[in-house]
Amino acid sequence: MKNVNKVYWSVIIVCGLLFIADALYHKHPYFSLETWFGFYGLYGFIACIGLVLAAKEMRKMLIRDEKYYDTDNRDNGDDA
Amino acid sequence: MLWGIPPGFLLIAGALLVPLFAGPWRKAYMTILPIAGLWALAGADHGSFYTFSLFTYEIEPVRIDALSLIFGYIFHIAALLSVVYAWHNDDIIEQMAGLAYAGSGIGALFAGDLITLFVYWEAMAVTSVFLIWARRTDAAYKAGMRYLIIQVGSGVLLLSGAILLAHETGSIAFVKMSLGSLATWLILIAFGIKCAFPFMHNWLQDAYPEATITGTVFLSAFTTKCAVYALARGFPGTELLIYVGAAMTAFPIFYAVIENDLRRVLAYSLNNQLGFMVVGVGIGSALAINGAAAHAFAHILYKALLFMSMGAVLYRVGTIKGSELGGLYKSMPLTTIFCIVGAASISAFPLFSGFIAKSLTLSAVAHEGYLVVWLILLFASAGVFHHSGIKIPYFAFFAHDSGKRCKEAPVNMLIAMGITAFLCIAIGVYSPWLYSLLPYAVDYEPYTVSHVINQTQLLMFSALAFAVLMRFKIYPPELKSVNLDFDITYRKWLPSTYHWLITVTRDGWHSILEDLRNAVTGVIRQMFRHHGPEGILARTWPTGSMALWVAVLLGGFLLLYYL
Repeated sequence: MKNVNKVYWSVIIVCGLLFIADALYHKHPYFSLETWFGFYGLYGFIACIGLVLAAKEMRKMLIRDEKYYDTDNRDNGDDA
Repeated sequence: MLWGIPPGFLLIAGALLVPLFAGPWRKAYMTILPIAGLWALAGADHGSFYTFSLFTYEIEPVRIDALSLIFGYIFHIAALLSVVYAWHNDDIIEQMAGLAYAGSGIGALFAGDLITLFVYWEAMAVTSVFLIWARRTDAAYKAGMRYLIIQVGSGVLLLSGAILLAHETGSIAFVKMSLGSLATWLILIAFGIKCAFPFMHNWLQDAYPEATITGTVFLSAFTTKCAVYALARGFPGTELLIYVGAAMTAFPIFYAVIENDLRRVLAYSLNNQLGFMVVGVGIGSALAINGAAAHAFAHILYKALLFMSMGAVLYRVGTIKGSELGGLYKSMPLTTIFCIVGAASISAFPLFSGFIAKSLTLSAVAHEGYLVVWLILLFASAGVFHHSGIKIPYFAFFAHDSGKRCKEAPVNMLIAMGITAFLCIAIGVYSPWLYSLLPYAVDYEPYTVSHVINQTQLLMFSALAFAVLMRFKIYPPELKSVNLDFDITYRKWLPSTYHWLITVTRDGWHSILEDLRNAVTGVIRQMFRHHGPEGILARTWPTGSMALWVAVLLGGFLLLYYL
């Protein structure tokens, strides 16, 4: 098996174990949200997927050529 | 305060003597300075020193208490590590600027009044800009210029605020303030600029990645954390800061995901980390202020470590663009390990420094019942791991093999990174040490079962998200690009609006002149037609036609006479 696959499956296994571990300890929640089963794991997963997808959409608007700021404004109009 | 030396003085005065030493002597001398400074500061008595009166105001150049001490210690440690990291570098401008900058930062921490603070505040700006200019590229020159204008501007606001405050209250003491008057708002904005509040943040992402390899390590430690200290001193418990800080934790991580320059990714993540500290200051409880101070302490180390490892890559490979790197773990195994230690620390993995520091702030926020802010901080914690914890090491050292092969980082860089990595782990493993330095007495146990499991869950599932996005090729690739941020306002829009206005005004003026000229020309042309050489009134008449017209007139006259 390729190293990448090894890493991929071990992350999945560790996450699975951590998810199950949620049943095995006593929680000290500040908020009721924290008592949901596997809250931290699910929140982390969804947050990161959301982060990347949102950033990807943002990039479509924000991306410019590397030389974008190198042009001299004096010679150009408002958006060169 | 051993030997009665004001904190920071050794480094500032010491910087002036750097040219007297050469070769290895200079390196030894520069290394001893921060050690001596730390030695002199260790266990200093609390209180004010060298106080004197200027007109009716009390100037308090040195004020030592628990809050300034913890920042003072870590600033010295950061200066020492940065100097070791820069041993290979013989650029005397950088050497002097680095020491003087660190000294100014330390001095600012111990300023007991706003005028002393202002002096050190501006000294930091003026000395640090040389660490950017020393890169000696056109981009660095321009970024340094923008940096200097913004930093000095922050100082001007601070001074204006201090003067107004002195007028209102009759005191320039740097103590807790409450928002309400123009004076305190000006001071808050001055602090906010250096702390990279949203919309005032871009100098950081603009300038730090343009600085020299060793300069960025210096820069990452002092300016922003000095601002955090100033906020903790001046505005603890200001509720506005909770929301400002929460915004700071969240928005930079979107940029960090899509940014290609890995040192700029770190600058965005620095901004995000500052957010946690600002939230802590905003909450203002003993636990929260402890959180901000502990976070600043731990953060200076792991952020320096990350900048050091990326600096080592830049030094050896010549680029730090994610799109051109990859597979470097084969060439730089030690740097890779140190980078991963920094990444684990910033991500707050249990047993690393970030864990015992960030927990304080998060607990303080939860304790005060700010649910939404807490959720944002949790989101930001997952996001930090995503871009600083995984993205930085992954794109530099793993990912697809770029085929680049180079030597391991120079020995001095490895020593600096090794010590920093050791400290990151030591602080994380043995929490009582850092906790004993905090400004308030600590009754907090970071290593509870639920806390360790919850944090590990949060982080591992973030890793899972990265793995899944990579596997299904959804993760945005590193692209050669710049991404627009708020700095477009002053790098593009303001200059182009200015030039547009100039053009419009100039063209408008020209057409007004043109119209006036046309009008005058018209009048002149009319006059010329009648009075000019060919004009009807200037024509020469033949004598015959004259006689004819006289005859006609006389005939007409005769006719009228007889009627």
